[in-house]
Amino acid sequence: MNIDAPENESGGSAVPDSPAVNLAQDTMPAAPSSTQSIPASGALPSTTVRADSWRTLRQTGGARIALGRAGASLPTAALLAFDLAHAQARDAVHVPLDVEALMSRLREDDWSVQSVRSRAAERSAYLARPDWGRRLALDDAARLRAASASTSTRPGAGTATDTDTDTDTDTDTTDSAGTATGVDIAIMIGDGLSSTAVDAHAPALLHALRPLLVGFTLAPLVIAQQARVALADEVAELCRAQLAICIIGERPGLSAADSLGAYLTYAPKVGRNDGERNCISNIRPGGLSLDQAAHQIAALARAALSRRVSGVALRFDPTRDAIAEARPAPS
Amino acid sequence: MRLQTSLGVRSHVFADLREVLAKASPARSGDALAGLAAATDEERVAAKLVLADLPLTCFLDHPLIPYEDDEVTRLIVDTHDASAFAPVRDLSVGQLRDWLLSDRADATSLRALAPGLTPEMVAAVSKLMRNQDLILVARKCEVVTRFRNTLGLRGHLAVRLQPNDPTDDPRRIAASMLDGLMYGAGDACIGINPVTDEPAQLASLWRLLDELIARFEIPTQSCVLAHLTRQIDAIDAGLPLDLVFQSIGGTEATNRSFGIDLALLREGHAAAQSLRRGTIGSDCMYFETGQGSALSAGAHRGVDQQTCEVRAYAVARAFQPLLVNSVVGFIGPEYLYDGRQIIRAGLEDHCCGKLLGLPMGVDVCYTNHAEADQNDMDTLLTLLGTAGVNYVMGVPGADDIMLSYQSTSFHDALYLREVQQLKRAPEFEVWLQRQGICDAQGRLSANPATALPMLAAFAEAQTR
Repeated sequence: MNIDAPENESGGSAVPDSPAVNLAQDTMPAAPSSTQSIPASGALPSTTVRADSWRTLRQTGGARIALGRAGASLPTAALLAFDLAHAQARDAVHVPLDVEALMSRLREDDWSVQSVRSRAAERSAYLARPDWGRRLALDDAARLRAASASTSTRPGAGTATDTDTDTDTDTDTTDSAGTATGVDIAIMIGDGLSSTAVDAHAPALLHALRPLLVGFTLAPLVIAQQARVALADEVAELCRAQLAICIIGERPGLSAADSLGAYLTYAPKVGRNDGERNCISNIRPGGLSLDQAAHQIAALARAALSRRVSGVALRFDPTRDAIAEARPAPS
Repeated sequence: MRLQTSLGVRSHVFADLREVLAKASPARSGDALAGLAAATDEERVAAKLVLADLPLTCFLDHPLIPYEDDEVTRLIVDTHDASAFAPVRDLSVGQLRDWLLSDRADATSLRALAPGLTPEMVAAVSKLMRNQDLILVARKCEVVTRFRNTLGLRGHLAVRLQPNDPTDDPRRIAASMLDGLMYGAGDACIGINPVTDEPAQLASLWRLLDELIARFEIPTQSCVLAHLTRQIDAIDAGLPLDLVFQSIGGTEATNRSFGIDLALLREGHAAAQSLRRGTIGSDCMYFETGQGSALSAGAHRGVDQQTCEVRAYAVARAFQPLLVNSVVGFIGPEYLYDGRQIIRAGLEDHCCGKLLGLPMGVDVCYTNHAEADQNDMDTLLTLLGTAGVNYVMGVPGADDIMLSYQSTSFHDALYLREVQQLKRAPEFEVWLQRQGICDAQGRLSANPATALPMLAAFAEAQTR
């Protein structure tokens, strides 16, 4: 790899020369967001910016190196690139999830869906009080408990080989055993710290996941607002599910504001701790792909349900063990 | 002990010292989350009024966490230096604030006083101090430490070069290191937060740092911020470690949640000392702390988060560290909600650590779910420069792509040097000039031609 010769600039004052123009042209953030293009403005050539001769070492997805300098400070283009990434991260945290739109998209994909809220009434309370985000609003808890007594779905219905035929999700398929033991899996979609991630990727992830869960009974999907990970445990407990799957927006970084995380808890109930959960993170195009993530989630779900445990005690690495577990699930 | 006050029609009564300290704390989300914060602004001031009149000796007589239950309390009590405490032993908390602001307190008297102060006394007085008091008192302190260079001299600022990478890719790490060195950063240390916990991968990071520091004779020290047990194992395996790192907290239970205790820290300190890799000094420990860690671990024992933080400094000072820093804004808005709370906490941590005799740096930082931005960081950085902070972090473009938070950049450090005339560690400054990276005034050279061999070597490392 080549290193450019240092720019031959004279004196302490910033004298313009052509390498500075080169820099301005390629003063892109080192780690551009995978989902956003770089703005055309703010990157006009600036004659007082000093380029860094090692800028060839910059790598996609790497650190923001060789940004150049105006005096000793950040050049305008690099400053604005940072501002854009931070703005996108903040929007991911603060723009409310459009629950109605998400529910209608999921219904179009033949999911049965309901929505709930945590005890954090608004975003500022959510951010300051994680304990409130882990518990359901009281009326939603009551509603969920009532609904779970009468509804469950069975993708593939045990005999179907093509899940697309299993569209009758509003039908009460709970048999007598189902009433006694509830369902296998309850899936909660939580806004978490990135509504952007949920909006962008949750429907596609669920679509990829459904055929991999054939043979298991599922509670209706629950969309949760102002949700922390552990909220899924209460949701699943009320749905009388053996396994909680929480799909939730992760805390955004500057290089990616659209990551989903997935968390699984066996025998979910209020008060479970992080050590009792398994986690798959960085789910996004450019990170762990939706398809890979769906396979890992399904592998973890099968392992947790068959071994009746989750978390540290499960000793299951879905990236390595998914293939070994890829056998027909118990129904 | 009088733990009540009357304010007109209302009287405020506090159950114990912990409650007085917690309710006297400037507002922050973590204390509210713990259920310890004052319910009203008046109650907060009432607690301050009570606190101001408490004798300093009450903190010796009434430990916040029982001596029998907590080894950090035992450390604090057992190492208290009564003769060093003598100049202030008859003072109340409020009188200590006045004393610290007076001409009696200077670098010499504060250095002598430090072993006589306990974390609880220091936390208490800080709660009565405004931000300007925290800056003024901290600025009086001078805490100098040495390993391969001299850190903490008055009028100097160092930078920890933090070349983290989400895959621990040695080429990317080397590129970030080069970037930092070419921007004149790295005198505090070159310290990597690894993703991996695998001994073999960690070993390659220690070797990479050792090779580059040795090859270019950089007067600085390296650190890979793995768990203490991994570092002890690495020393046993003969790997070239400079500094030994650990995150620490202010209660025994917090430290257990980090997988450590004082005995393990002593073992780590002894292992680091045994290598004798420092050339001009033997300060070889690096500690990180942060308000909220005790509550986060469910280990705060009813003590407010700022007092827990200062108790962590008692752990640090038992091991003569080269570097201590509070990672102040990393923990998130449930502990420090916004820029205002982060700025206050950063100034508190720096001042309290300095009063206890520690070489304090601050990771001026925030996460994307906190109500904070680059302007808040500029404010805190500038205030800490004024307060005489020993060092800050240097992260390429202020964006730590491994830990997903925003810290200070190489450019930020250069800004602070320029507006406050702050110099680098003297030995490092000489090296930068010899490399042609800096001119005689410490400003970045227009033409760092003599640094070309180093640039070429780093580039070559990229292709390996």
